[in-house]
Amino acid sequence: MFYREAGEFKTSYAADQAIFPIAQDRIALVVLVLAAYVGVPLIANGYWLDAILIPFLVYSLAALGLNILTGYAGQVSLGTGGFMAVGAFSAYKLAIGFPHLNVVLVIVIAGLIAAAVGIVFGVPSLRIKGFYLAVATLAAQFFLVWLFNRVPWFTNYSSSGVISAPLRAVFGRVYITGAEASSVDKYLFALTTVSLLALAAKNMVRCATGRAWMAIRDMDIAAEIIGIRPLATKLTAFAVSSFYVGVAGALWAFVYTGTVEPLAFDVERSFQILFMIIIGGLGSILGSFLGAAFVVLVPVLLSNAPGFLGLSIRVATVTNLQSIIFGALIVFFLVVEPNGLARLWQVGKEKLRLWPFPY
Amino acid sequence: MHFLYTVLIDPFVQIAGDPRFFVEVLTGGLLTGVMYSLVALGFVIIYKASRVFNFAQGTMVLFAALMLVGQMEMGAPAWLALGTTCGVMVGLAFAVERLVLRPMVNQSEIILFMATLGISFFLEGLGQLMWGGDVHTLELGIPSGPLTLGGILVNKLDLVGAAVAGLLVTALALFFRWTSVGRVLRAVADDHQAALSVGVPLKVVWVIVWTMAGLVALVAGIMWGSSLGVQFSLSLVALKALPVLILGGFTSVPGAIVGGLIVGATEKVGEVFWGPALGGAVENWFAYLLALIFLLFRPQGLFGERIIERV
Amino acid sequence: MSAEPGERGSDGVLLEVSNLRLAFGGIQALFDVSFDIRRGEIRAIIGPNGAGKTSMLNCINGFYKPQQGTITYKGRAVHQMRSHDAAKNGIARTFQNIALFRSMTALDNIMTGRLLKMRANLLWDALYLGPARREELAHRAFAERIIDFLEIQAVRKIPVGRLPYGLQKRVELGRALAAEPELLLLDEPMGGMNVEEKQDMSRFILDVNQEFGTTIALIEHDMGVVMDISDRVVVLDYGRKIADGTPDQVRTDPAVVEAYLGVDHGPAPAEEKPCISSTPS
Ligand SMILES: Nc1ncnc2c1ncn2[C@@H]1O[C@H](COP(=O)(O)OP(=O)(O)O)[C@@H](O)[C@H]1O
Ligand SMILES: [Mg+2]
Repeated sequence: MFYREAGEFKTSYAADQAIFPIAQDRIALVVLVLAAYVGVPLIANGYWLDAILIPFLVYSLAALGLNILTGYAGQVSLGTGGFMAVGAFSAYKLAIGFPHLNVVLVIVIAGLIAAAVGIVFGVPSLRIKGFYLAVATLAAQFFLVWLFNRVPWFTNYSSSGVISAPLRAVFGRVYITGAEASSVDKYLFALTTVSLLALAAKNMVRCATGRAWMAIRDMDIAAEIIGIRPLATKLTAFAVSSFYVGVAGALWAFVYTGTVEPLAFDVERSFQILFMIIIGGLGSILGSFLGAAFVVLVPVLLSNAPGFLGLSIRVATVTNLQSIIFGALIVFFLVVEPNGLARLWQVGKEKLRLWPFPY
Repeated sequence: MHFLYTVLIDPFVQIAGDPRFFVEVLTGGLLTGVMYSLVALGFVIIYKASRVFNFAQGTMVLFAALMLVGQMEMGAPAWLALGTTCGVMVGLAFAVERLVLRPMVNQSEIILFMATLGISFFLEGLGQLMWGGDVHTLELGIPSGPLTLGGILVNKLDLVGAAVAGLLVTALALFFRWTSVGRVLRAVADDHQAALSVGVPLKVVWVIVWTMAGLVALVAGIMWGSSLGVQFSLSLVALKALPVLILGGFTSVPGAIVGGLIVGATEKVGEVFWGPALGGAVENWFAYLLALIFLLFRPQGLFGERIIERV
Repeated sequence: MSAEPGERGSDGVLLEVSNLRLAFGGIQALFDVSFDIRRGEIRAIIGPNGAGKTSMLNCINGFYKPQQGTITYKGRAVHQMRSHDAAKNGIARTFQNIALFRSMTALDNIMTGRLLKMRANLLWDALYLGPARREELAHRAFAERIIDFLEIQAVRKIPVGRLPYGLQKRVELGRALAAEPELLLLDEPMGGMNVEEKQDMSRFILDVNQEFGTTIALIEHDMGVVMDISDRVVVLDYGRKIADGTPDQVRTDPAVVEAYLGVDHGPAPAEEKPCISSTPS
C-alpha cells in the first residue's frame, strides 16, 4: 500500500504528461541519483568503478542508442560496434588534432560524426526492412571496422594499431581521461553524460518524435498514410541512435579502457549490445540499463562464483558458458517475456501496488 | 591522383596483362562461392517453408563440424562419428521445434529472427564447451592439393566441394519434385496460409526443414572444415552466406547458388586486384557492401518474389 | 473542424475520380471508374467482396498508383499523390483490417494522428521545454476532446492491441479525426460489429459529418446502415461502376440487384445478400 497512484489526482494534462507521474517513482529516482553521485564514490573501490560501474554506464548508453533505433523505431541493427568505433576514432582524431578543444565538445562532435555516418547507412532502410536491413547493417559493421584497421591515418600511423586516449580534463583540472585520471572522476563524468542523455531520450520517446518512431515500428504503412514521412523518421532514428552509440564509443575509448582499438568494436560487440536490449526490454529506457547491468554482471558472477565454491574454472570455459547462458536467455525472454526485464520490473511494481491485498 | 590510378586503371592493366592469372583467381573465387552457397542453401530451405530467417545456420555448420571432428579425435571411426552427428542434428531440429518455434508461433518474423540469434550463441558455446576452441584438423580422406586443369591451377578440395554442392542441389530438387514430403513443403512454400489452413501440420514441417538444414550444415561443415580446419572462425565465414542470400533471394535454391558464385568471384577478384590499393582484407566487407548496393535496386533479390504491400 | 458547414448538399465537388484504371497483373481491380464526392456529403461505396472498393480508397489517398485516370481533389488534378501528401492535404482514413499502432496506447495513437499539426523538433523534444512542452499539452487537450467525443475515456492508457475489436475501430476513427480531415475515408468501419456497436458507430459518423462538416466516403456492407446514413451511393462490381445515385435509386437498380443476388458471383459474404431487400427506410 506504500506504492500506489490512487489518491493522486492529476489536475492537469501537464501533471499527467510529466516524466514520472507517480510520486513514489520520483522519490525513488532522487534516492537513486543521490546514491549514484554520493554513495558510490564514497564506498566503491577501484575494481568496482573500473571493472563494473564504468563499463556498465558505457554499455547502458550504447544499449540506449540501439534501443532507440531497434526498440522504438523498429529498425534492427547489427552495426552498433561499427558506430561505436566511429565515435571512438572521431574523438581520438579530434582530441589529437585540436588539443585545446574541450573534451566535452570533443565527445559531442564525435557523436555528431557518428550520427552523420549513421544517416548514410540508414538510407537503405527506406527500401528494405526487417532482417534485410539487419544484414545491410552488417555492411556498416564490417566496413567501418576494416576502415579503422586499415587506414593508418586513423591511428596516427601507430605501428600496433592500438593507441591510448590522451590526457584531458573538464573544469580545468579534473582529469577524466588519460593515465592520470582517477576512477572516481571518470565514473562521475560517465554518470553525468549517461544521465543527461537518458533524460533526453526519455523526453524524446514520450513526445511527437518518439510517437513517430513507434508508429513506424508498429505499422509503417499506416504511419505513412497518416502523414508520417518514413525516410525522415527512420533517418532521425538512425541519427539519434548513432549519436548515442558514438558517444558510448568515445566514452569506451577515453573513459573506460583508455585505449582506442578497432578490435574492441567488432561484430561480437554489436551482438552483445543487441542482447542487452532484448534481455532488458525492447522499447524501454529502463530496460537498456537493466539489460546492460545483466550482461555486465553475469560474466563477473560466472568467473567469481566457482572461486567462492572452491572450484577452478578456465577462462575459455567461462566464455563458452556465457554464450550458452545468453543464448538460452535470449530465447527464454523472447518466448516468455518479449518485453524483457523492464516488464518484469513493472509487473513487480504492480504487485507491490496491490500489496498487501493481492486483489 | 595516384590513388585513383591504382584503383581505376592499374587493376585492369594487370588483368589484361595476365589473363590466365585472372581466370585462375576467378575460378578460385567461384569455387569458394560454391562453399558459401552450401551454407546459404540451409537458410533457404528453412525460410522457404517456414518464413523463419535462421541466423544460426552458420553456427550449425560449426557445431556439426565440431561434433564430427571431436568424436574422431576421441578415436571414433568416421562412419560412426558421421552417424552420431546426423543423429545430433536431427535431435537439434526436434529441440528447436519444441523449445523455440512452437512457443513462438504467432510472433513476428523479426522476433523469430532474434530468437535464432539466441540459438546461434547457444550452439556456439555448447560446441566449444564440449570440444574446445582450438583448431581441429578434419581428415576424411577428401583429396586436396593443387591440380592443373587446362592450364589453370585449382585446388582439388574446391573441385570436390563444387561436385558435392551440385549433387546436393540435384538431390534437393529431386526431393522437392518427387517425394510426397517434398510436395508438401513446396505447397507450404507457395502459399503458406493456404497450406496451413488445409491442415499441413506446421510442427512436422518445422522438424523436417530444420533436419534438412542441419544435414546441409553438416555437409558444409565437412567441406569448410577440410579446407580451413574446424574452428570458431567458421561461423564468421558462414556469415558470408547472408549477402549471398540477399543477392539470390531468400526463397530460391538456384538463387543461393548464383548468389554464392557472384559473391565468391567478385570478392576474390576485388581482393587480389583492388585489395592492395585499398589496404587489403577487402574480403571482410566487400560482399556486404555489394549486397547493400544491390538491395537498393532490387530488394527482393535476383530470384526472390516481389513483395506487394496491401492494407 | 474544417470545411465550412452549410455547404452540405450544395454542388461543391471536393473530389472527382475520372476513368480510373488499376490492375494487379491480370486482375483488373478498377476499370474505368468515375464518380465524385461533394463537399459535406456522406458518400457510400458498396459492392461484393473483391469489387475494388478498398483499392478505390487506396488510390484516393495515394497508396496505390492507378495506371490510368485522374483524381481531382479540391480542384487540383493529381496523378500520383503520395500517401503523406494526401494526409497533408486533409485526407484521413481508417482501414478494413484495423491498422492501429498496436503497442501504443489509445491516447498515443490519437496523438500520433495529430503529428501533421505539430511542428516537432528533435532538440526541443529532447529537452521537453518551451515549444515542445506547450505543443504537447495543447495537442493533448485536443486529443482528449476526441476521446470524450468517442466515449473511450476509460481505455485511453491501454495499449490498443489489448482492446476489444469494437473499441479498436473506434480508436482508429479517433486517430483519423485527430488530423482534422476535410475528407474522411472509412473502410468498413462497422465490419465485424454487433448491432449495438454498429448503432454507436453510425451515430459517431453522422455526428462527425454534421458537427464538423467533414466529408465522408464510406465502404460498408450493411445495407441498412448505408441506406440510413449516406447521401449518395456508388456501386462497384468486378472493378466497374454499375450504379450511382441516392440510396433509393440504387436499391431498385436492376444491375445492383443482379450483382448482389447473382449466383455465379464467387465468395460474397452471406450477410450481404439478404440485406438488400430487408432494408428499412
Ligand atoms: N496489393 C494487391 N496485390 C494484388 N491484388 C490486389 C491487391 N490489392 C487488391 N488486389 C485485388 O484487387 C481486387 C479488388 O480488391 P479490393 O479492392 O480489396 O476489393 P474490396 O475492398 O471491394 O473487397 C481483388 O481481386 C484483390 O485480390
Ligand atoms: Mg475491402
